[in-house]
Amino acid sequence: MRQVLARAIGGVAIIGLIAGAAACNSGSSSDDSTAGGGNCGYKLAYFGALTGSAANLGVNIEQGFELAIDQYNKAKGSECITVGKFDSQGEASVAPGVARSLVADKKILGVVGPPFSGESEAADPIFESAGIPTITPSATRVSLASKGWKVFHRAVANDDAQGPAAAAYIKDVMKPQKVFVADDQSAYGAGLADVVKSKLGPLVAATDKTEGDGKQTDFSALVQKVQSSGSTVLFYGGYYTNAGIIRKQLTSAGWKGTLVGGDGMKDVGLSKASGVQAAVGTIVTCPCSPAEAAGGTFVTDFKAKWNRDAGTYSDVAFDAANILLQGIDAGNTTPEKLNEYLKTVNYKGIANTYKFTDTGELDPAFIKVWAFKFDSSGDAKADQEIKVS
Amino acid sequence: MDFSGLVNDFGPLTVTGLAQGAIIALFALGYTLVYGVLRLINFAHSEVFLLGTYACLIVWGWFGLDQDSAAPAVGPMILYLLLGLVVAIFASGLTALAVEVVAYRPLRRRNAPPLAFLITAIGASLFISELVAVFTHRNQRGVPPVIQARPLFTIGDTTVTNLQLLIILLALVMMFVLDRFVNGSRLGRGIRAVAQNPDSAALMGVNKSRVIALVFLLGGLMAGIAAVMYNLKIGVTKYDAGFLLGIDAFTAAVLGGIGNLRGALLGGLLLGVLQAYAAGLFGSQWLHAASFVLLVVILLFRPTGLLGESLGRARA
Amino acid sequence: MSEKVSFRENGGVRGWFGRQPLAVRWLIILAAVVLAYLLPYAAKVPLIGPQIVTQGIDWPSALFNISYYVLLALGLNVVVGYAGLLDLGYVGFFAVGAYGTALVTSPDSILYKDTGWKWLMAVPVALAVSMLAGLILGWPTLRLRGDYLAIVTLGFAEIIRIFATSTTTLRGDRGFASVPHPPGSINGKPIFGVTDAIPYFWLGLSVIIVVVLGVRNLDRSRVGRSWLAIREDEEAAEIMGVRTIKYKLWAFAIGAFIGGLGGVLFAGEQSFINSQTFVLQFSILVLAGVVMGGSGNMAGAILGGALISYIPDRLRGISFGDTDLYEYRFALFGAVILIIMVLRPQGLIPSRRRAMELKDREKEVAPL
Repeated sequence: MRQVLARAIGGVAIIGLIAGAAACNSGSSSDDSTAGGGNCGYKLAYFGALTGSAANLGVNIEQGFELAIDQYNKAKGSECITVGKFDSQGEASVAPGVARSLVADKKILGVVGPPFSGESEAADPIFESAGIPTITPSATRVSLASKGWKVFHRAVANDDAQGPAAAAYIKDVMKPQKVFVADDQSAYGAGLADVVKSKLGPLVAATDKTEGDGKQTDFSALVQKVQSSGSTVLFYGGYYTNAGIIRKQLTSAGWKGTLVGGDGMKDVGLSKASGVQAAVGTIVTCPCSPAEAAGGTFVTDFKAKWNRDAGTYSDVAFDAANILLQGIDAGNTTPEKLNEYLKTVNYKGIANTYKFTDTGELDPAFIKVWAFKFDSSGDAKADQEIKVS
Repeated sequence: MDFSGLVNDFGPLTVTGLAQGAIIALFALGYTLVYGVLRLINFAHSEVFLLGTYACLIVWGWFGLDQDSAAPAVGPMILYLLLGLVVAIFASGLTALAVEVVAYRPLRRRNAPPLAFLITAIGASLFISELVAVFTHRNQRGVPPVIQARPLFTIGDTTVTNLQLLIILLALVMMFVLDRFVNGSRLGRGIRAVAQNPDSAALMGVNKSRVIALVFLLGGLMAGIAAVMYNLKIGVTKYDAGFLLGIDAFTAAVLGGIGNLRGALLGGLLLGVLQAYAAGLFGSQWLHAASFVLLVVILLFRPTGLLGESLGRARA
Repeated sequence: MSEKVSFRENGGVRGWFGRQPLAVRWLIILAAVVLAYLLPYAAKVPLIGPQIVTQGIDWPSALFNISYYVLLALGLNVVVGYAGLLDLGYVGFFAVGAYGTALVTSPDSILYKDTGWKWLMAVPVALAVSMLAGLILGWPTLRLRGDYLAIVTLGFAEIIRIFATSTTTLRGDRGFASVPHPPGSINGKPIFGVTDAIPYFWLGLSVIIVVVLGVRNLDRSRVGRSWLAIREDEEAAEIMGVRTIKYKLWAFAIGAFIGGLGGVLFAGEQSFINSQTFVLQFSILVLAGVVMGGSGNMAGAILGGALISYIPDRLRGISFGDTDLYEYRFALFGAVILIIMVLRPQGLIPSRRRAMELKDREKEVAPL
């Protein structure tokens, strides 16, 4: 009897939990009614990580995106364009299912995202097949542009620009005797590190690789190697989670050199893990301009809406959303027309001017890479723009 | 294959390997104790460790210590260290007991098959680590610099820092104390009795459930100490810290002979050192592969681990 | 006068089912299969339909996810449930199947110049390699007892993952893209496209049915009986003349085959694989699913596999007040596992043998 009861309770509990949660969710599946006249009643979507270990980077972008749409709607005086959020957790295996969900919603005209290169590989074929234009504000893997996707557009420079810039900064500004290059074997990190390695040539004293974020916490062997190589600069291709731990362990071991990395390390998460003092002086490059340099009232508007400072690529996402909004405004109210519009767009945004090549890359004339330095506030502040010849 | 790298760094890699291995050994002692007595792989032990790390950090936070604080002077440093240890041991012990009461005892009462225990442990482990993940938003948490690592002495060209020495000594001392306890004390005899044969031990007047609770507590104690050492050495903790280290510790316990206390120490130290050498030789990305290859090779020749199983026997 | 026997004592649902004439049994099974094929259209069912289908993720995609999880659960069930070999690293075979497919079909692969095959041609190759992997795993572990076997299998899966991450041939995180989809086209349009996951689900379901039939036959044959003997008491089985070595290797090989099959389907659907997918947590989850569903019993394995995929996917996109319930999915899931195992350690649909075993074991427990 007890078993029957137990089985019944268990079954009811599970079903009740799911059904109850589903019932509370009745709002998100209903369609929004069209409001306002003209080119209204459509949706723009953010696709990317909102939860998961690298969520910060995704959330920064989503908030910039949503801010743009908010301001547009306010200007129109109605909720003209609605926001769709699709959480892929940044994982390639989750991305396709969520992407199919996105394309099933026929109101969505355009996508800002995916922010990570891995999930782009998995999800972009689906967007391509549905003809929905995408603008990614941060996926920098070079190969994404050579897949022949007509809907792919990149609002930043790819890794081919960032790597040489980082190497140039190290060589010309820091002028070290010896450099240690390491990466986390991710497509992004290894790609960057390889370019830096080849550009720095004989300056590289030794190399190493680590496991990716969340798979390793004891970097004592790497620290030991860095110390015994006598390097004063460590270039690490990876993300802020690992970089924070590495920086901390380097400091504990008494290493006095500087950590250098790419845009994946440009997050306060780094100094939160390593301690603000340890992170001071860390250099990160980014194919983005400083948020402070962003035009208009973006910085204050962002702070006012989200109660936090704009993060990496928030401004680019803001611009990307605005590009799409401008396209819709001009009457391009189908995904095909919006995609056509992107071919000839020349948009002056707050972070950059945008024009796309026929493979979807950002026009080289507008590529800029900046170096940022972590200071005692725990955040990375603009240092200088890196000119790569 | 970077032979020159390994040879040049041999000394420092050995020391840092021993330090990491000591933490692994302390962690492994918990696994091996529970297994020796209950024949159960306590998957939830990794969360026992995890909560120890967080409890320690939270209490240090109450005293104003966070990763941006300055390192305290020697006097306060010792106090903070002791405080951290006490708190971590308390939290870990409590968690271990809770897991035993909620997850294992009901199954033991029904004499459930061993696989059921394993899966329950997995469920408990998942539940606890994911709760921590939600509360911490999956962010890492930096550890305050309670002990500043300072070089203590040098052997040849290898410097040993105070922290490394502390960790290694602590592991050796704790294993020695545990060994003495299990072999010398009355409660320890109870543990060995239950390890040999739970039912006849009960017949002989041993309070089985108390012994089992004690075993979990002891494991929690070891995990708590490991937690504080981990905090100090690694410098950050995160919701999956237990899982990562747990795999190493489980490997070490099996390597040394699961159920064998000295085996756990040997396995842990060996694993730590081997991982360091492999990282030096092949690159840091191979250190975990090296530990598993070592495990397979050792088990091929000694299927019950290096020192064999022996908690139940008179000689631990 | 015959005693009134309660429904439960008569074997419950399974007993009732077994007592029906053959025709009725086949009709019920056929109906269940047809319903399964109609699952993609579940949203259309009034009232309960919208509660069943997933929100944040496309429902046919969620169904496809369920199908390969179920396949993995079935395969692990052979290893753990039938042969009693505790395997904590099952995802390794899944990875071998997926990578095997990718290596011979993807333009990113170094073998592409010599092979560059279509998906269908890659299938037998990938499956053969998976079976080989099963044998390679099985051979050194033959002498190992239960819990040692567990850690070694875990180690193997991790070694596979680390190799996949760190060797250049297997391309680590960059992975293999453009793995071709399964073949076939109707009216010029390919059946297995990119936006519609329903054909993939149907393919997965068909594979599951074939696997179920195959494993069922194995279970009822000499192989299955040998597994039973090995699981219950290996030494006794050896003494009684059961060739334990041969049948343990069989178990690993078949388990690896089914796991590899899941990997092949996965690669063909997603078209992109990298080393991030094949993590240890995946193995542990599948094991939990099998045992929770009822180890040693195919219906239990199917239920368990379906649950471990369905519950997290179902919780996506649901907001409870401020937070997305999705964040809590694994915590909830861990709690579910805990509750089910404590209340019902034999699993949700236990094999008859397990249920009897548990009853016997309960009687012999000494007072605490």
